[in-house]
Amino acid sequence: MPLLLLLSLPFVAAALLTLLPLRGRVLPPWLAAGAPVLGLSLLWLMWPGLVAGEHPVLHLPWLSAADIHLALRLDGLAALFVLLVYGIGLLVIVYGRYYLNHERDTRRFFASLLLFMGAMLGVALADNLLLLLSFWELTSISSFLLIGYWGERSASRQGARMALVVTGAGGLCLLAGFLLLGDIAGSFAVSDVIAAREQVLADPRYPLLLCLILLGAFAKSAQFPLHFWLPKAMAAPTPVSAYLHSATMVKAGVFLLARLFPVLAGTDLWFSIVVPVGLATLLVGAWQANLQRDLKGLLAYSTISHLGLITLLFGIGTRESAVAAVFHLINHATFKAGLFMTAGIVDHETGTRDMGKLGGLARYMPHTALLGCVAAAAMAGVPLLNGFLSKEMFYGQTLQAAPLGVIWLLPVLAWLGTALSVAYSLRFAHGVFFGSATGPLPHTPHEAPRWMRVPIELLVALCLLVGMLPGWTVLELLQVASRSVVGDDLPAIDLALWHGVNLPLLMSIAAMLLGLVLYRWPGKLAWPMGRLVPEEGGKRSFDALLAGLLQLAHSVAGHWQRDTLRRGLLRWLLLCLLAGIWPWLGQIMPAALPLAPLQRADIPPLVGGGIMLLAALVCVRWHRQRVLAVLAAGVVGLMTALTFVLYSSPDLALTQLVVEVVATILLLLALRHLPTPHHGMRESAARRWRDALLALLAGGGIAACLFAVLSNPVPSLSGYYLQHSVPLGGGSNVVNVILVDFRGFDTFGEITVLGLAGLLLIKLLQQGAGSSADAPAAPMLRLGVRLLLPFGLLVAVYLFLRGHQQPGGGFVAGLVTVVFLVLPVLAGMRFSRLSPPRWMAFGLMLALVTGTGAWYFDSEFLSSAHGHLHLPLVGELEWATAALFDLAVYLLVVGAGWALFTRLAQYRPEEGA
Amino acid sequence: MSALLFSLIVGLLAACGLYLVLRRHSFDLVLGMTLLSYAVNLFIFAMGGLKIGATPIIHAAGSDYADPLPPALVLTAIVIGLAMTALLLALAIRQRQQQGDDRIDRDEDASC
Repeated sequence: MPLLLLLSLPFVAAALLTLLPLRGRVLPPWLAAGAPVLGLSLLWLMWPGLVAGEHPVLHLPWLSAADIHLALRLDGLAALFVLLVYGIGLLVIVYGRYYLNHERDTRRFFASLLLFMGAMLGVALADNLLLLLSFWELTSISSFLLIGYWGERSASRQGARMALVVTGAGGLCLLAGFLLLGDIAGSFAVSDVIAAREQVLADPRYPLLLCLILLGAFAKSAQFPLHFWLPKAMAAPTPVSAYLHSATMVKAGVFLLARLFPVLAGTDLWFSIVVPVGLATLLVGAWQANLQRDLKGLLAYSTISHLGLITLLFGIGTRESAVAAVFHLINHATFKAGLFMTAGIVDHETGTRDMGKLGGLARYMPHTALLGCVAAAAMAGVPLLNGFLSKEMFYGQTLQAAPLGVIWLLPVLAWLGTALSVAYSLRFAHGVFFGSATGPLPHTPHEAPRWMRVPIELLVALCLLVGMLPGWTVLELLQVASRSVVGDDLPAIDLALWHGVNLPLLMSIAAMLLGLVLYRWPGKLAWPMGRLVPEEGGKRSFDALLAGLLQLAHSVAGHWQRDTLRRGLLRWLLLCLLAGIWPWLGQIMPAALPLAPLQRADIPPLVGGGIMLLAALVCVRWHRQRVLAVLAAGVVGLMTALTFVLYSSPDLALTQLVVEVVATILLLLALRHLPTPHHGMRESAARRWRDALLALLAGGGIAACLFAVLSNPVPSLSGYYLQHSVPLGGGSNVVNVILVDFRGFDTFGEITVLGLAGLLLIKLLQQGAGSSADAPAAPMLRLGVRLLLPFGLLVAVYLFLRGHQQPGGGFVAGLVTVVFLVLPVLAGMRFSRLSPPRWMAFGLMLALVTGTGAWYFDSEFLSSAHGHLHLPLVGELEWATAALFDLAVYLLVVGAGWALFTRLAQYRPEEGA
Repeated sequence: MSALLFSLIVGLLAACGLYLVLRRHSFDLVLGMTLLSYAVNLFIFAMGGLKIGATPIIHAAGSDYADPLPPALVLTAIVIGLAMTALLLALAIRQRQQQGDDRIDRDEDASC
């Protein structure tokens, strides 16, 4: 249970935020901060258990058939991420409170932030791959909301969209990979998957699933060549960048590498994909960071570079390298969040992030400058800071690995990468805070508010503490987290400031020197190659891809529906015909149809069928004489109703009969506005014969299919319904019980459709609504209506009440009501107190309430209870709660039917139209 | 015999509907859709088999019942079909109001 609380705190806080009044500026951040404070306390309470090796789990069965459960597990790695997400989240909320002090309404910001926080926690805590994926997608969506927070700016929209598309596409790959992985392992539970390592590695699908999962992780963690979205995401408010793009979201990818490290890692394939990608990302990111003019752009590329470093460490695949990766993950989160917040202060106080204009800010904001410089030094890997320790470990690991049998390749390139990182760290620290400003700044800079600096102070203090006293501060966390990546037999973790003079130390010193040189004399020594990779290349290919997709859709649609709608329809029909005929080709048709001699029993259907066909042909032949055609269609409908009677379906027959009446009146009403066209010629004979041939072919296909089914009866699942209708549904009319009970959810959807159609019609035919001025005065008709109406409504009530046991029910009763209610309208009487939308809304709400009411009694949605009810006069009734649902159906049918009728009857086109 | 007859009628009904759907005016399309939906409803209804005198209403002496599932599916389809007819009519009326008649395609005289 504490796990559920740990996960749900941000969601609850986000929901509460949306209930806050608009005006409050003080409350949202306080409420938002509540979630991480409580969460961190909870984690604090659980920490001793975690150190002792306890892993609390929670398992709530959910979609058992799909093996998706609400399974949570707090192991060391998850705990590390919970700590990062909550800890840095809290600092970001404090910081954001001041950063956004000009915003009018911050509820949306904090609610999205909390949503994201919850999603990240879900990713960390999920013990089921598919649950993990759901939260993974939720992080994409909430980050879309956050990056696009300033949606009025086009850069924000573009950045948000790009991030969503890239990470979302990655999510799809991930889903495919997870499905394969779960299929091989036989379970989606993370622990089961980890236990099935041998099976997974031996499976021929391993390469495919590895590539898919890695694609997903790389897209999320901005690995080359999918890194281009991260710099564009810098359009987000800086607190968001500090949170998402340093500590949390981009870490989700490397988190996944760590999570699945025990299953997937350690193979040659893993090494030869992950190491080159990580290395390329490390170098490209570091190189680009040195070319940026935008302060946040520099940080974005440096983040890419550091993520590459972590990926590279995971890629090496040894247990020691995985520990080093986890360690750098922690360190990077601390110093990078601090750096982003510093950049945010600079932006906030000077009004620009252009490094060409910035300089010498240490004079104006000495405190911030000090913090920024220490954090940048940590990024550069200066001794006494945490970045130094993990960089030493990194060097150590690269010296162990020898890709392609070349022992020096990896260390040299890694060393180059870190030298570049020294150079851009210097650009950040020295270029912004020292030297002199080259241009006028939009605002006169001054020190930031106290509480904007406090979060950075904390982070910088952590950098220093970890850097100087690693054994006291971070060792325990690192051990707990690493244990769930590499197993219980941890390699010895040697965290110390001084290991003696060794190769990593020398490399470190050399990297410092090279970085200094690169920074000091960029023109002479550095960048002879210019841009390593075109900076906008990724963005441009992305845009081209999107444009290409749109183009493709356009051209397909254009080819398919090049000219007129009718031709398009014809093409669809041809396609369906082809698809229908295809499987029959090559099959031998039955040689002789089983023509039994005609019997007496066949005569009524034969006659009925004859009338039906005749009417249909009349409808087709004289379709231009519209009144005649409508009447002919009505005859077909009546014969259909008789067919239902013949073949034992009184419910259908009743419905069809009433619908037929309603539809015929509707069509006739519509004909007032759609008179038979008299101009123009008939369509050409060739065209008519062609259409007739096609229609006959299609009809023949339908007849053949139907005959095939009818002559080979298949077992149906209806035995269940017949058997359980009375004991479970409390009704003997099985059709009605199916509608309102067994398949109530279906019906719920269908009445919703009905309601939507009604609303649409109301909107479409708004003109002239409510008027009945020019209706003919028909006294006899009015008298008749007055007499008939009560009886009609009584019939409806009767049909409704018996519906559960005998033919009838909400649909039929509703339609009958509509027919009788329409009479006054036709007679020109004022009778429009009913508000159709309100009836429909009542109906839908009643349906919802009955459905959810079942939850109160611990049953499934829309399940029904039943019993006996004694009504005066009517007598004993077997009554089920499903009747309430049927009442909802009734209300909705009346509302929708009423809307259809009155709108068609009262429609008056505007004059001159 | 009745199965064959039933299939043929449904097929022909569908053909009539399709022919009307392919005509020039929206109103013909509405008529066509009406006929087509009769055919489709009968088609789905027949999937449960055609039984005479076996109404699926549970009673003490009964053991042979017609399949109740297809009627349940068709019942809502009939009602929704009605709503769709009305919606198409509304569209046709608006179209006529704006364009003077209810031709489906404006500029097709030459091409057909």
